Amino acid sequence: MYEFFDLTLSVFASTIRLAIPLILAAMAGMMSERSGIVNVGLEGKMLMAAFAAAATAAVTNDAWVGLAAGIMVSVLLSLLHGVACITYNGNQVVSGMAINILAAGLAPTLANAWFNRGGQTPMLSADGRHTAIHLPGIETVGDIPVIGDVYRLLISGHNMLVYIAILTPFIVAWILYATRFGLRLRAAGENPHALDTAGVSVSSIRYRAQIGCGILCGIAGAYLATAQSAAFSQNMTAGRGYLALAALIFGRWRPKPTLLACFLFAFTDAVQIRLQGTVIPGIGIIPVQMIQALPYLLTILLLAGFIGKSEAPKAIGLPFVKDR
Amino acid sequence: MIETQQPAAIEFVHVSKRFGMVQANSDINLLIRQGSIHGIVGENGAGKSTLMNILYGYYQADSGDIKLLGKNVHIENSQQAIALGIGMVHQHFMLVEKFTVMENIILGSEKTWRNKTAMQNARSILDNLSQKYGMSINPEALIENLPVGLQQRVEILKALYRGAEILILDEPTSVLTPQEVQHFFSILRTLRDAGKTVVLITHKLHEIMAVTDHVTVMRQGKIIDTILTATTSKEQLAEMMVGRRLTTHWQRQKTHQPAPLLEVKKLSLFGPDKRPILDNINLTVNRGEILGVAGVSGNGQSQLLEVLSGMRSYHEGEILLGGRQLKKLLSRHRPTQSARQLLVSHIPEDRLGVGLVKNFKAWESGILGYHYKPPLSKAGFIKKKNSLNHFATIAQDYDVRPPNAFLKTSSFSGGNQQKLVIGRELEENPDLLLIGQPTRGVDVGAIEFIHRRLIELRDAGKALLLVSAELDEILTLADRIVVMFDGKIVGVLPRHQASETKIGLLMAGVVEEIRETLSEAGIDH
Repeated sequence: MYEFFDLTLSVFASTIRLAIPLILAAMAGMMSERSGIVNVGLEGKMLMAAFAAAATAAVTNDAWVGLAAGIMVSVLLSLLHGVACITYNGNQVVSGMAINILAAGLAPTLANAWFNRGGQTPMLSADGRHTAIHLPGIETVGDIPVIGDVYRLLISGHNMLVYIAILTPFIVAWILYATRFGLRLRAAGENPHALDTAGVSVSSIRYRAQIGCGILCGIAGAYLATAQSAAFSQNMTAGRGYLALAALIFGRWRPKPTLLACFLFAFTDAVQIRLQGTVIPGIGIIPVQMIQALPYLLTILLLAGFIGKSEAPKAIGLPFVKDR
Repeated sequence: MIETQQPAAIEFVHVSKRFGMVQANSDINLLIRQGSIHGIVGENGAGKSTLMNILYGYYQADSGDIKLLGKNVHIENSQQAIALGIGMVHQHFMLVEKFTVMENIILGSEKTWRNKTAMQNARSILDNLSQKYGMSINPEALIENLPVGLQQRVEILKALYRGAEILILDEPTSVLTPQEVQHFFSILRTLRDAGKTVVLITHKLHEIMAVTDHVTVMRQGKIIDTILTATTSKEQLAEMMVGRRLTTHWQRQKTHQPAPLLEVKKLSLFGPDKRPILDNINLTVNRGEILGVAGVSGNGQSQLLEVLSGMRSYHEGEILLGGRQLKKLLSRHRPTQSARQLLVSHIPEDRLGVGLVKNFKAWESGILGYHYKPPLSKAGFIKKKNSLNHFATIAQDYDVRPPNAFLKTSSFSGGNQQKLVIGRELEENPDLLLIGQPTRGVDVGAIEFIHRRLIELRDAGKALLLVSAELDEILTLADRIVVMFDGKIVGVLPRHQASETKIGLLMAGVVEEIRETLSEAGIDH
């Protein structure tokens, strides 16, 4: 019984850790897509940010400078996407894919050129990483059975970025629904012509949404390279950007359902890791590949089967062109 | 010409605007009086929208001046226009469907960064406006759940909320039912009486006659004249718009013996919720006759056309074509193609959605549905030369302008797109022609052309079933009229017994018997 509790707790703890980059990237996608700009480039921005954060942290030995560098690179890529899609009315999917391809090649190439370690950045010391912080009272509460374990493993003991990430959906929801900027951002995604005739510049709103998207993607990348691991390695995002996009669609472009979708995807991922190599009675060892495919199978099933009526922003993917 | 005392709200002085080769507005001099309803009529492309878009700051005039209340103004964008008290209601509403009424009203002029405060502040202003102009609305309602009439009300309130003194309305009635139009007109009169200046852009002449004080006619970018509405007539305006006299009353040959071609018996079609969309429809279309189907859009007429053309199946009843079961004549897999082979042609209501492919070149749209037949194609390959010739024939016989086979379909005006569809279908010389809304969004000149063609077809002994939301059109063309309401046929009238009021009442669902009961009970109405 106690063993099962322990097992559950550790699966939940790793769910949280795995959910963080998904949540940040999905919220980044939310900012962009609710303003009407498709963003398949989350993956690439995260990857470039991961590289920039790890490289900067390795050189400066400061995790926060690394974070700033990650955010900066990601924002620049977002603005590049903005120039292509907002100013030049380019195809948003193509531009996003271009960013992914660019990042997949550029990051390891630069890493190789600068650090000469086969496309990786040097291992970070403790100062160069975002390390776990312990919430107050851990010594006293931590010893109480059950509650103590929950507090120690699930609530305390994460790094700063985790707490920031958990707050993000609520901040994004607040921006989207409670502020003037959010109202205009949503209008840009639903009917940019309405916004334009109301005398507000659609491109200015969309650019600002891109910057918001860049900041969040930057944090996600920095988390991967300087918190979850201690260096940048090739393709370390491993499809998380796409998974975040899937969570965004499954969450119907709404902050709270999207947050839940991220947790769901992260949970299957945690289970998947846990199941690897375990013997299941009556079946034996399931091939690793089968288990690893689980989160992706779930994504396909969810997106294909259960999504129902799509609630995508109406003007998503359409360049705003004033013609009359 | 105009002898009113009110000062000028807007004055255009020698305004010109050119887009590339097209002179959209040339030397416009126009004076619009404060506190009046001023109509601007003209065919598509006459330059009326361009002129109003210059006033609203979308475009800059190439030359000339605009004066507001006697003062020269320079309007560079819509924000400035709004600040100067100019409001515009576009033909396609500029509303965010997923937003509430209130969110739409404050969008762009929130005044504070917190939505909650902004909406609280706006609430009292909105309540005042609603009350003052008789436009009540639930501020919490989602736009997508509101009928178009109320959506339009939101647009007007939006402009008034921004302090509009001058209200420009671009084709405002094209989406409204006749009842909604009446109510809309009364709102316009209230606004005028409160001192607002209303500019009404339209191509519907009876609306000009019904509601405006002054009317300006535009043609090919120029102003033809500005006159007092009371001193003119629909006919005169139409002539000024087109530049020549138009025929509205058609000579038609007498039909001899009624010979039924299409018979529909007890036809029913049910929606997904088991509610009848078509409810026990009985009708007959004779050779040498136009049967008009009148009704407010959305009462089953579209589905009737779809069933008869083979686009959709039905649940009960039977359809006879020349005395034979249509169901047995149609191929199961290609019903619409086999319908065409039976010489049943269909000119669909939704020109761009069903009748044409927007991104096709004109010649490609010109062979759609017949593309597999020789000489247009051979052994599965399209014969481009023959297809181009085919388009050239259509363009010549049906006056499709410009006759450029390589122009994208969507680049043609509504009237020319429609002539292309009509030409394509009539070239096949059908026995039965099903037509939906043949002149929706079509210019007066093209309407005349289309009507003449339909009458010619009728005189040639063909059977025509005409669905139209325009009562005028039904009354001009039809030999017999059926009125549909809520999926049922609520009245059948021969032409000489039909009148606008009679059909109007049937369209609104007020059935003859009810009226009789009312008058028997001595209730005057």
